[in-house]
Amino acid sequence: MSEKVRILIAKPGLDGHDRGAKYIARALKDEGYEVIYTGLRQTPDSIVATAIQEDVQFIGLSLLSGAHKELFPKIVDKLKEQEASDIHVFGGGVIPDRDIPFLLEHGVEAVFTPGTPISDVVKFIESVK
Amino acid sequence: MSNKSKVAQEKERWESNVVNKLINKFPERNANFTTGSWMPLERLGLPKDCGEEYFEKLGFPGEYPFTRGVQPTMYRGRFWTMRQYAGFGTAEESNERYKYLLNAGQTGLSIAFDLPTQIGYDSDAEESIGEVGKVGVAIDSLADMEILFDGIPLDKVSTSMTINAPAAVLLAFYIAVAEKQGVTKDKLNGTIQNDILKEYIARGTYIFPPKPSLRLITNIFDYCSREVPNWNTISISGYHIREAGSTAAQEVAFTLADGIEYVRAAIEVGLDVDVFSGRLSFFFNAHNDLLEEVAKFRAARRIWAKIMKEKFQAQNPKSMMLRFHTQTGGSTLTAQQPDNNIVRVAIQTLAAVLGGTQSLHTNSRDEALGLPTEQSVQIALRTQQIVAHESGVANTIDPLAGSYIVEEMTDRIESEVWDYINKIESIGGMVKAIEKGYVQKQIQDSAYRYQKEIESSERIIVGVNKFQTKEDQPEDILEVNPRLREIQSQKIADVKAKRNNEKVANKLAALEAGAKNPDVNLMPLILDAAREYATLGEICNVLRKEFGEYKESIVL
Repeated sequence: MSEKVRILIAKPGLDGHDRGAKYIARALKDEGYEVIYTGLRQTPDSIVATAIQEDVQFIGLSLLSGAHKELFPKIVDKLKEQEASDIHVFGGGVIPDRDIPFLLEHGVEAVFTPGTPISDVVKFIESVK
Repeated sequence: MSNKSKVAQEKERWESNVVNKLINKFPERNANFTTGSWMPLERLGLPKDCGEEYFEKLGFPGEYPFTRGVQPTMYRGRFWTMRQYAGFGTAEESNERYKYLLNAGQTGLSIAFDLPTQIGYDSDAEESIGEVGKVGVAIDSLADMEILFDGIPLDKVSTSMTINAPAAVLLAFYIAVAEKQGVTKDKLNGTIQNDILKEYIARGTYIFPPKPSLRLITNIFDYCSREVPNWNTISISGYHIREAGSTAAQEVAFTLADGIEYVRAAIEVGLDVDVFSGRLSFFFNAHNDLLEEVAKFRAARRIWAKIMKEKFQAQNPKSMMLRFHTQTGGSTLTAQQPDNNIVRVAIQTLAAVLGGTQSLHTNSRDEALGLPTEQSVQIALRTQQIVAHESGVANTIDPLAGSYIVEEMTDRIESEVWDYINKIESIGGMVKAIEKGYVQKQIQDSAYRYQKEIESSERIIVGVNKFQTKEDQPEDILEVNPRLREIQSQKIADVKAKRNNEKVANKLAALEAGAKNPDVNLMPLILDAAREYATLGEICNVLRKEFGEYKESIVL
C-alpha cells in the first residue's frame, strides 16, 4: 500500500475565520489523509517552511479577508524559491469568481468556494497526487 | 384557585407604576396602536389566568427577570437602533459611506476596522501586507480618525466600534476627535466591543495574553464609569461564536460565561458591581430558525438577570438587564443565488425584533462574495424599515410569549445554558476553559455536524444542495484599492514628520512605565499618547513588549 497523502491546511494573513479551514482539515482526515493544520496568522515563509518540514504533497490555503490575490501567489513563489514546486497548492474562502483565473494563472491549482462538497476536493487531490 | 385577579392586579401595578412614569417622560410613538386593519392592539398580551410560574419566568417588560424585554414600552416607545456595520478602504471613503447611511435614515454608526487595525499593526508593518483596508477602514493614528468623523457631530450620533485587543487605543482616538470638535467626554454615546475572550474562542483578533488583556478591559470599565458615563464599555459577543458554528444554546452559554469572567475580573480589582454593570452590553447572532432564535434571546435575558442578581448580588435592576445588539447571520448567506439572501435576512430580522433586540445590523445579500455594494446595503436597511413600519410586530411587546412551543424552547435553552456554565465554572472559569480548548471543541463539533448534514443533504440549503440553478455572479462586487497600503504608509510618514516626536517619545515612555505597574490605569496614558499622534502600532508595540503575545491553542 502506498503511503498516505499528507496535506497542510494553512491560514495566511491576519484573517481569523477558521471555521472553513478546520472543517476541511477534519473532513480530509476522515477521508483518510494525513492532515496538519497551521492555526491562524501564518506568513508565507512560515507556511512554506512547515510544508517542507512536514513533507506534505498539498497545501490548502483558506482566506476570507480579501487578501488572497496578494498572499496566495506569494506562497507559490516561495515554494519555487525553495525548490518545492512539486507541492500542490489549492485554496478556498470568500473568493469572487472574477479572481479565480488570476489565482490559477499564478500557480494555485484549484479554488474551492463556499458550498463545494468535500468530494470535489477529494477528486482534485486524487487526480493530481 | 384562580390567579386571575393576581395577573390583573399586577398588570395594573405595572401600568401605573412603571409604564405611565416612563410615558410621561418618553411618550409612545402613537397614542393608540391598532393592527393594519384597525383592530385595537394591546401593549402587552397576558394570560387570562396563570400560576406563580408566570411571574417567576416571564414577569413584565422592564422588570426582573426581563424575559419579556428590558424596557417597559419596548418598540412602542422607540424602534431599535438601525445600525449598519460599515467601513472599508481609507478614512475618506468610509466617511463618505457613513454620511450616505445617515442620510438614508440610519440612526447610529458602526465602524468596521481592517485587520491590521484590529490587531494593532500600522499599515506599513510587514504583517499588514495584503490586508490594509480590506475588511474595514484602516486607522493608523488620530489623523485618520479625524478624517473618519469629519462633518459628523459626535454629540449627535452614537458610534459602535468593533475593536477588541486595541479597544483602549481606538476609544482614545475617538475621545481626542470629540475634544477637537468641542464635545466633552460625558456627551459621548457609543460602544466598543472590547471582548477579548471571544477573540480567543472564535474571532482571532487577539494580541496580548488573557491576564493583561483583562487588565486593559477593567481599566476601561473604571475610566469610563468616571469619565465617559454613557459609553457601553464592552459588547460581550456571541455573534462570532455562532458564526464559528456553535448551536444557539452554546452561543448564549459561552457569551454569558465570558460575561461572568469580566464581572468577576472587575470585582476583583475593586470595582462596585452596580457601578460598571449597567454599561455592559451584549451582541448576538440571528439565524434562520425563527422560533428557536426568539427563544434564545428571551432565555439569554432571563439567565443574565439571574446571574447578576444571585451570583453577583447586584442591587440595581440596570445591572441585571441584558441589553443587546444583533447582527443577522453572515454564515447563513450563500454565494449561490445571492438575492435569496434578502429573504434569509428578512426572517432573521424578524427573529431579532421578536426577540427584543436594542439595535440591529442586517447583512447585505452579496456578503458571501465580498464587501457589499451601496445598493445591497440599502436593501438591507430597507428590510429593517419594512419590519419596523409595515409588519406590525413592533406594536405589541414580546408577541410570541405564551406560545407553548416558544416557552418550551426558552426553558430548554435556559437549562442547556446552565449546564454549560456550570461545566465551565467547574473547569475553573472561562480563561481555563479556553486554554484547555474545551469551548473551541464544543463549537467545532457542532460546526462539523452541521456541515456534514449539508454534505449528506439531511439539511437543505436552498440554492446550495437543492434547487440549484446555473448562474453568473454579479459583476459589481466592490473591490478595495490595491494601493491602499502605500497610501496609508505615506500618511503615516506625513504624521511622523509633522508631530512633536519628543513629546510622542515621552508619552510612550510613560505608557511603558505604567504598563509595568499593574495598579496603574492605562487609559489616561494611552489617551495622552493618542493626542500627540502616536500611531496605533507604536502604542500597541509598547504594550506587546511588556505584556507579550497570546499563542492560540489549536484544537481540531
